[in-house]
Formats: sequence, C-alpha cells, structure tokens
Amino acid sequence: MAVHTVKQIMESLRRRESKPSEWAEASLARIRALDERIGAFLHVDEAGALEAARRLDGETPNHPLFGIPYALKDNLCTEGIPTTAASRILEGYVPPYSATVADKLRQAGGVLVGKTNLDEFAMGSSTENSAYKKTRNPYNPACVPGGSSGGSAAAVAAGMVPYALGSDTGGSIRQPASFCGVVGLKPTYGRVSRYGLIAFASSLDQIGPFTRTAEDAAYVLQAISGHDPLDSTSAPEPVDDFVSGLDRGVKGLRIGVVRDLSQEGLDPEVGRLVEAAIATLEGAGAEVVEVSLPHMHYAVATYYLIAPAEASSNLARYDGVRYGKRVSGDSLIDMYERTRSEGFGIEVKRRIMIGTYALSSGYYDAYYLRAQKMRTLIREDYQKAFETCDVIATPTAPTPAFRLGEKVDDPLQMYLNDIYTIPANLAGLPGISVPCGLTEAGLPVGLQLVGRAFDEKTLLAAAHAYEQLRGFEMPLPGVEQ
Amino acid sequence: MTTQFETVIGLEVHVELKTKTKIFCGCSTQFGAPPNTNVCPVCLGHPGTLPVLNREAVELALKAALALNCRINQDCKFDRKNYFYPDLPKGYQISQYDQPIGEDGWVEIDVNGERKRIGIIRVHLEEDAGKSMHAPDGSHSLVDYNRTGVPLIEIVSKPDIRSPEEARLYLEAIRSIMQYCDVSDCRMEEGSLRCDANISLRPVGETKFGEKTELKNINSFRFVQKALEYEVQRQTEVLSSGGSVEQETRRFDEATQTTVSMRTKEEAHDYRYFPEPDLVRLQVDDAWLARVRDSLPELPLQKRDRYEREFNLPAYDAGVLTSDIGVATYFEAVVAAGADPKAASNWVMTDVLGYVNAQGLSIQEAPVSPAQLAGLIAEVNKGTISIKQARDVFKIMCETGKDAPTVIREHGFEQISDEGALAAIIDEVIANNPKSVQDYLNGKEKALGALVGQTMKATKGKANPAVVNKMILERIGK
Repeated sequence: MAVHTVKQIMESLRRRESKPSEWAEASLARIRALDERIGAFLHVDEAGALEAARRLDGETPNHPLFGIPYALKDNLCTEGIPTTAASRILEGYVPPYSATVADKLRQAGGVLVGKTNLDEFAMGSSTENSAYKKTRNPYNPACVPGGSSGGSAAAVAAGMVPYALGSDTGGSIRQPASFCGVVGLKPTYGRVSRYGLIAFASSLDQIGPFTRTAEDAAYVLQAISGHDPLDSTSAPEPVDDFVSGLDRGVKGLRIGVVRDLSQEGLDPEVGRLVEAAIATLEGAGAEVVEVSLPHMHYAVATYYLIAPAEASSNLARYDGVRYGKRVSGDSLIDMYERTRSEGFGIEVKRRIMIGTYALSSGYYDAYYLRAQKMRTLIREDYQKAFETCDVIATPTAPTPAFRLGEKVDDPLQMYLNDIYTIPANLAGLPGISVPCGLTEAGLPVGLQLVGRAFDEKTLLAAAHAYEQLRGFEMPLPGVEQ
Repeated sequence: MTTQFETVIGLEVHVELKTKTKIFCGCSTQFGAPPNTNVCPVCLGHPGTLPVLNREAVELALKAALALNCRINQDCKFDRKNYFYPDLPKGYQISQYDQPIGEDGWVEIDVNGERKRIGIIRVHLEEDAGKSMHAPDGSHSLVDYNRTGVPLIEIVSKPDIRSPEEARLYLEAIRSIMQYCDVSDCRMEEGSLRCDANISLRPVGETKFGEKTELKNINSFRFVQKALEYEVQRQTEVLSSGGSVEQETRRFDEATQTTVSMRTKEEAHDYRYFPEPDLVRLQVDDAWLARVRDSLPELPLQKRDRYEREFNLPAYDAGVLTSDIGVATYFEAVVAAGADPKAASNWVMTDVLGYVNAQGLSIQEAPVSPAQLAGLIAEVNKGTISIKQARDVFKIMCETGKDAPTVIREHGFEQISDEGALAAIIDEVIANNPKSVQDYLNGKEKALGALVGQTMKATKGKANPAVVNKMILERIGK
C-alpha cells in the first residue's frame, strides 16, 4: 500500500485520475489493517466518510483539500459524531455543533474519517493518559507516539491519513510530530479559531496540522486560518498565502540558536542531529546567530501554574448535570464528587488540584500572578531575540520517543519533555517540528523552528527548504513490515 | 442607660439589561418563554464553546454607569468567578472583578425633605445564572437555563445608607434612573431587579463598622425595608443583651417576615477569580463614550428640580410625577397640550394614577390620553363643568375613551352659569330656608354653604357654584 501526501492526492484528483471515494476507501483500509496495532483512532466514521466522499465523486475539485481524507484529534467537536477528549466523563457525548476548523474543512471538501486518541483533555506528553486506549509509535510499537496529540501524529506517520489536526498547549503537536517523524505545526495564538476545541488552557491552546511535508502543512494551515466571529481571541490579522512563499529558500535567513539553552536531559544523539540540521541550513546560505532567552529556564514552572489554573476552571463544567457522565449520589455534592472522581483520570485530577491551589485566595499572588509576570518576561525575551534573527532553532524534544510506561509514574520527568516547546506557547508564537533524522535505534528526531507572531510563512519556507536539503526521505515506519 | 445604635447599610443591586440577545451568545432574552427554549451550546456551556461579548450590553452598562455618575474604565476586562451550582453551566460566572466598567459614582435621594448623596463603589457587567426548581419532597431538582447569560449589571453602594427607609428610597432611585435610561425594566417580581443588603450596627459616635450580615432573597421594595427593619431590631437585641453579631448570610423569609441564617463566614466561597482568557480586553473609545453620554436623558432628580422651578409645583408633586418616567412623560404631554401645570399635576397624581393603579395598568395604557385630559381641564377652566362634574366626566372618558366635550354633551353635564336661568331657583331656596339666611346674617359663614348646597341639589349639581355663591350674596348680602 502506497502512502501519499496531500499534494499528491490533490494533483491526482485534479487530473481526474482518481476519485474522492477511492482515497476514503484507501484510508479506511489502511486504518483497518494497521490500527489494531497502532491504536491511533478512538472513533472511525466509516459510513460517514464514504458517504461524504461519494457525494464529492461527481463534483469538480474547487479547493486544494477537496476529496482528501483527514482525521481530527478527539478534543475537536464534530456535530453528530462522538467527541470524548479521551475522557470517561465525556463517554457517549455527541456534540450538537461542530468546531470552526471542522466546518472549514468540510466546506473545503475534506473527508473526515475519524477521531484520534489523545491524553485525556490533552494533558500529557505520551497519549498514555487516554481513558480508552494506548497509542503506539509506528516506528517502534514499544514506544509512545508522544502527546497529547499522539493519535493524530501516529495516524499520519502510519499513512492512515495524509493529514490530521491536533492541538498544542505546551507542545502537544510538535512533540508527537517529532516522535513520529512527521511535520507538526503550532500556529500563532489567534491564527486559528479555537471555537469547538475542548479547552485545556484557553490562553495557550492552538489548533494545527500534522502532515508528511511542510508543503502539505501550508495547504492545511491555509484552509483553517483566519478570524472567526465565534472566537474573540482569534486574530483579525490577514491570512498570508502560505503556499506561494514556500520556495523562497533560506539564503539570508537568520537562524537564532539559543546560547543559554538548557542541556538538562538532552539526549546527545538528538543534540547531534539537530546541530547537523542547523549546519545544513547554514550551508545553504542561512546565517546562524546566537540569541539569548534568559527566562526560558522558568518556562516549565510558569506553564505548570498557568495551564492547570485555566484547566481547573475550564473543566468545572463537567459536573454531571447537563451532558456526559453522571454518577448518582445522595446529594448534589455527592453526585458532583462521584461523577468527577469516576469521570476524570489521575493526571487530570492532579492538574485540577494544582490549578485550584494556584488560584486560591492567599496563594494567587505568589503563584498565578507571578507566573503571569514571568510569561511577560518570556515574551519579551523572544521580542528581543527576534531583533537579530528570523527563526529560533532548537530540538523539538530533548529525547526521541520513550517506551510506554517509562515515565507514567514520574510526572516531573514527563513535564520536562516539553521544555523546548512550552516557551512558544507562553509567548503565543508559531512553531514547527520537522523531521531531521533517525537515531541509531531508528527513532525519529525533530528540529523545531519558532518564528515571529503571524510569521508562519517564514517557518514553512524554512522547513520546506530543509526538507529539500536534508538529503534523505523519512522511511516509512516499521509498522509497514 | 441603654446604648443608642446607628444603622449602616450598603446595597448590592443586580439589574438585568434590556438587550435583545444574551451577553455572550445570540439567544433571546425574552422573559417567560417555555423552560430551556432560549438556549444554545454556548449558554449551556457545552465543551469547546466560547463567549462573544454583546456590544449592546456594554452600551447599556455604560449608560447606567454614566447615569450613576461613575468614572468609566475605558480599558477593562472580564474575570471568571468559579463556583459549582447546577444553574451555572460552565462552573464559573463571567463577571468583572478588579476592573469594573464604572467606579466611584453617586445617587441622590430625598429623605425627610433633605437631599442626601449615596456613594456608588462600582458598577460591573456580568452574566446571569439559570433558575433551579426543587421538588418539595427533595427527590429531584429541575433547571431552566433560559436566564443563563442574560446580561446583568451589579451596582454596589457605599455603606452610606443609615436606615431601612433610606435603603428603600435608594433602591427606588436606582430603579427610576434605570427606567429613565431605558436600560432595564426593573421588574422585581420578574427578577430583572434584585437586591442584597449588607447591614451592621454601631454605637452612635463610633467610626469603625460593626460586624455585618448579608441579607439575600429580598424580592420587593416593601420587603427591602421590612427585612432591614427586622434585622435592625434583631441586631439591636443581640448587641443590647451583650452578645455579638455573627458575620453571616441571612435570607428574608416572606412567610414569617423575619430573616434566617443561610451560611456563616466559615462556609464562605473562595471564588478563585482570574482574568477570563476567552475574551479580549473591553475597550471603550472616546467616541463611543461621548455618544453614550450624549444619549443620556434628563434624569429623575434633574427633572424634579426643573418641575419645581419651571412649573412652580410643590416638591411633593414634582417627586411623585418624576419617580416614574412614564408618569413624567404623560404629565409633560398634558402640559404641552395646554393644561395648567398645577391642574395637570393634580389630575395625573390623583385621578389618572388612581385609575390605572386600580386597573393594574401602566400609565402608558391609560385610556385617557394626555391631550384628552388637557381637554377636560380646559372645560373646567371655561366653566362648562364644575370640578366635581369633571371627576364624573373623567370616569366616563376612562370607560368609553371619548373626548371631554363629547361626554359632557352626551350626558348633559353642562354647568348652568346663566343668572337668568338660576334666579327663580335661588329665590325659592332663600324663601324656603329662612333659618339658614338668618344664621348667615348672624355671622355663621357656614350657613352660606347650606344655601349653595340646596341650590346645587335643586339643579342636580349643574349650577355653577361660583355663580350661585355670588347670586345668593347679592340677595341676602350684609
């Protein structure tokens, strides 16, 4: 079974060499063949996908994504299709409306094949916190796919869909992209409407694509970007033409490398592969400059106050009253306690407790307020750094994919896996992870590029240029064999 | 000697804004719709939904804050107030915590003829919650989310109120101002105006505040005063017997007309306020603010002063006529149609208000239009009918909707002022009442009234009393 990019399918459909229903069938066949081993999907909508695709068979392609199958992370609401955020508390919940991104992709002629696994409410870095199933890394089933958008990353890596959407609050798109050897893009905060994204941390969450190439990411980003009257925090900024600028190369591009980057926990192999990738770009005419992000060390601590604080409030609505799970009790309070005790997993409870504590009277100034001040300093660090560079290059994650179960009992180690991705969320900046090689053990490693606000164009062009320069094709994962 | 206590009261008033749609979604705010019909995924707090601020709500809040003489925070924000309750779908209420849209204003009330200023600490915007209904046997509860997300402003007064009566006057002033600005219906019975009160006592002369209680569930203007009066009495008894008032929340119980404890300080919530990340900052530019300021109508107290000045009305009249914008509008229309202001005031205050109140109508629904009332007053002035007849004519006008001249003609209400027509009758009354005549001549002024009365009786009330008076005096005059 061949694996195709968005671009290849788009061209085939435009040349009338194939029909949308054939691509939907191919996608579904591959899911049937592989997903028992991978566990990328929580829900596959075979009938809906085929019906939608067959309706498109008779139409003329009018959008780059027309007729192309895709998957959505299961924290994106889809009208009439179960949406659980991988939590027991939303077991059986069928949203009465669709997320803006789902509407946009449907209008573009996209064919939704299913909803992918994630860490419960997107809280985690391995997808092991899903209440429903484990997802395995297609490159090595003993390893995690990363998280929290591990299902979407694995589905694209295994060629079950040419693209999928995920959400990134502290690295939840970029880190699994890195672990699964695909491209993952977190757009600027406000670039893509969050309406219909089940909120984890509202001021950090952003939806973005997983694709096989940077070029594909440009097509998908184009389709989902723009101001949405239903999301007040979506930006009024005009949407660039992401595709047309892809070929501008890296000549003269100033790549910032972080002088004070934490080496703590950095796997030497990852370090070498990322350095090599930066050298490749330099060899093609990019200029490497040193920049300083002096407050980056505080990013993880800052993030683990702000994100849980917002989450503790965002998750208050799951109370058993109006939808989702309800466990009856002797009184109202008893019903709340039973419902939430049984409905939420351990990591979600941990974060609700941290967040509730951080917002409590008497602790607010010491924790939440101080974290907000640190967030401002981190944002200012980036502003200063971008005076002398155009993108900042780091590893996406300090390690390649780790083994299932390896870190589940050590939340701090798990949190530190997001050390390079979290700062961009705190600053609201766009970041992309692009594969830059495999370790000796055959696990993918990602190069992360972070850019100026609303300058996804430069990130995509740099990532695209790197893909042409890196001199290798990412091999299809081992799950093929 | 027993200690004399001073009462200190501050009110928190919630006012529902008269927007067409809710504050953060497009649902209707219509009162009285079948349960859970004015709802959508946003106001039901479905996963993934986001609030979008309704500009009309901001506009009305601005209007209210300006009318309450507040300083406007042109750059402010919304916060989340976190607590669990079934009628609060998101588990938090979107409100304004440390940056309310309006701050530091005041309202004036007249207490025993003295004008008093009550300070306003803040006016902030927030969303309303739904309504819970509990089965009497405690087996279940039902929730109606129609009200969820209806825009509210909360008006917090300074602790400047010194008696339950002042509290009622303050609340009436707030209602009147909100109605003038067309910001809210302020119907307490429909919940579009709600009031909580903080009350404490302190020995006269003491400057520190005493321990306060918060009173909730006060559902009418009358109850505001009643609940506070009860609480003054209760706290006085506690303090006088050497006890101390406990800081707690109490509820007014309509059945017993007392207040009962709801929760103590230890059970108080920690609302964990933090800035609402789903909304951007609320910015009111100078042009918007100026436009709202220009749209403010003449306010009740300004109008009241003007009535005294311009129409020479007594303070009492001016107060009654201006307390309700509908009454003031009606009165001004009567004057504009040519009626004398004092006569118009008397008619509006007693007859028109008497009629509509008895019928349970608003003054806008009065069957006699301002122009028709001015017409009736003109007939009295012309001498066509007496004031007593006019009252009867008014009643018929209310029932039939006809103009005064028509009613007078159809019902033969014309007053007899023709001396020729009255002379024979008056001569007969004088002849038949020699005792009254003699009494009058002996200095009993009252006896004249008896003679006039006899004449009125003989003419079935149609004689012009002034003319009759004059003719009798001509005949028996000293």
